[in-house]
Amino acid sequence: MAFNYDKYLRLEKMPTLWCWGCGDGVILKAFVRAVEKMGLNQDDVCVVSGIGCSGRFSSYVDFNTVHTTHGRTVAFATGIKLMHPDKHVICVAGDGDALAIGGNHTIHAARRNIDMTFIIINNFIYGLTNSQTSPTTPQGMWTVTQKVGNIDPTFDACALGIAAGASFVGRESMLDPKKLEKILIKAIEHRGFAYLDILSNCHINLGRKNKMVSAMDNLSWIDSITMPKRKYDTLTEEEQLNIFPTGILKQDTEVREYCDMYKDIQDAHQNKRAKITQDDFAKKI
Amino acid sequence: MSDLREVVSSGNHLAAQAGADAGCRFMAGYPITPSSEVIEMMSDLLPAIGGVTIQMEDEIAAVAAAIGAGMAGERTMTATSGPGISLKAENLGLAQMTEVPLVVVNVMRGGPSTGLPTRVSQGDVRQAKNPSHGDYRSITLCAGNLAECYTEVVRAFNLADRFMQPVFVLLDETIGHMHGKAMIPTAEAVKAGVVGRKQFDGAPEDYHPYECESDQPAVLNKMFTGYRYHFTGLHHDKNGFPTEEIETCRKLIQRLEDKVMLHTDELELNEEFMLDDMTGAEGEVLIIAYGSVSLSAKEAIRHLRAAGIKAGLFRPVTLWPAPADSIKKYTDMIKNVLCVELNIRQYTEEVERVSSRLDIEGLYKVNGRPISPYEIVNKVKEVF
Repeated sequence: MAFNYDKYLRLEKMPTLWCWGCGDGVILKAFVRAVEKMGLNQDDVCVVSGIGCSGRFSSYVDFNTVHTTHGRTVAFATGIKLMHPDKHVICVAGDGDALAIGGNHTIHAARRNIDMTFIIINNFIYGLTNSQTSPTTPQGMWTVTQKVGNIDPTFDACALGIAAGASFVGRESMLDPKKLEKILIKAIEHRGFAYLDILSNCHINLGRKNKMVSAMDNLSWIDSITMPKRKYDTLTEEEQLNIFPTGILKQDTEVREYCDMYKDIQDAHQNKRAKITQDDFAKKI
Repeated sequence: MSDLREVVSSGNHLAAQAGADAGCRFMAGYPITPSSEVIEMMSDLLPAIGGVTIQMEDEIAAVAAAIGAGMAGERTMTATSGPGISLKAENLGLAQMTEVPLVVVNVMRGGPSTGLPTRVSQGDVRQAKNPSHGDYRSITLCAGNLAECYTEVVRAFNLADRFMQPVFVLLDETIGHMHGKAMIPTAEAVKAGVVGRKQFDGAPEDYHPYECESDQPAVLNKMFTGYRYHFTGLHHDKNGFPTEEIETCRKLIQRLEDKVMLHTDELELNEEFMLDDMTGAEGEVLIIAYGSVSLSAKEAIRHLRAAGIKAGLFRPVTLWPAPADSIKKYTDMIKNVLCVELNIRQYTEEVERVSSRLDIEGLYKVNGRPISPYEIVNKVKEVF
């Protein structure tokens, strides 16, 4: 039997404002399937988004939904989560949201390891506003703000997530919805900050000016720059240069989650436990 | 049993205590002089009663987290100073647009920019009126003594839930760091006065959070309770979803205006000090001041009266929206009007507007030092 998406979509908001062939719809469907498979109650899920094409994600899915300001997604979500540690908080951000204007919030939410799923829909460009350079735009590509070619070095979103301390870091693309669904389930199940770099296409505002006129051209390019981590690890450093590894890149189930740690603070203030000292942590400096 | 208690505390600590007593369960902030004592105290108070105080990575994140908790349905606050408000401005606009209640304590220091971080100012009065872009009406309260650092924060929480929007409480460095004895309501009395935000209890399919009377705020049910709706800073329809439909857009913004401006009677609070014997006779002096300056003004009035000059103080506690009719009542009656502010004409311009008078005298100080009673006495003798 075909999967029924209707239960989770706000059908009256369809069609989406995303362009024909946009990968964001694939990601949305994979997300809905993941939620269905996990058997989550819609009332127990909050989806928080930022600004840009990805910002509209929250309005299309039938959960508790919040469309915030540009880049501040995880900061709003932090307030929601801390008051409801038992609920599922899912953040959806674009590459501009997560890595440019909101980079500071991304770093610190990852560092705290607060339990939420942080989905970066990374299409390598500011799509909604017509082709301005994003932190993930490859060097040398055309953008409307760098018409002779982008010189700004390209961010590796997952490297940032790992360095900042996210306890779950993964990458997939919209090319393989099954894999996407699987990693989404693992990310949502993970207790801690789950950081996902999900590559998507923007053949309209990235592709047209960068020799990827059709959606298929853009997808082929994404295919050419991604490789499962296991295979990627066998490459030489030189070969790895232009490839993004996919799959789960980091998963640490030992590191404590922020809401759980905050409970220690509450308990210490309520004399249910001793004050927190350095002895409570493996890492002393 | 008395509903009042005597405490020895500081303005910033009283603001924090008021939050905890008024049911605030979430605070997010970022260190900034001269307001840091508010979050420092909240970091002890809230976890002890099951709440959360978090120091965020910056001012923007602090207000965002506070608004997030407010969206989830909690009583929530942040505290900062002028530079922090400048950074928080965009998200404060989101709270206005989505109608999320929030209390913002601003302990004012010298500006613009980094200004005089440790010294007193009232330079954020104009900023508090319109910190973010677009059309909306700020509600701004201003504490004029220690006790009001407590009572005005309590009132701010109740007004935030009534009007469903951020409410500013302005302290200034002098009041925030003032330490002394104050008579404040008991926690029980505060708790008894809490109304809380309106909730819809019908069937979820009949719930339309933004479908309300043209002069009433949105009814935002708590998150995770089975009423799934949408928050957005975009113009939105009755269920919170983005729309560009002409009439819906107009009605939304007009309602943000009218929900405040048609109910200013619920907001107005003034102190009238030695004004009851004013008759409009020649030589009477009306002083208009607020915040810590009003303490100097009262002392000055005692000296002026001892010297035979009949002076009195009008002190707005709610600065925005301005108490237009009350100000006009006195400016119509009394010819000699002096505004005293720790800024340059920020509230005087509002007094000029509501009184339709352009002969208002002013005493302004912007060097980071308080205004002394004698400066006010001398100014009155000089100009009138």
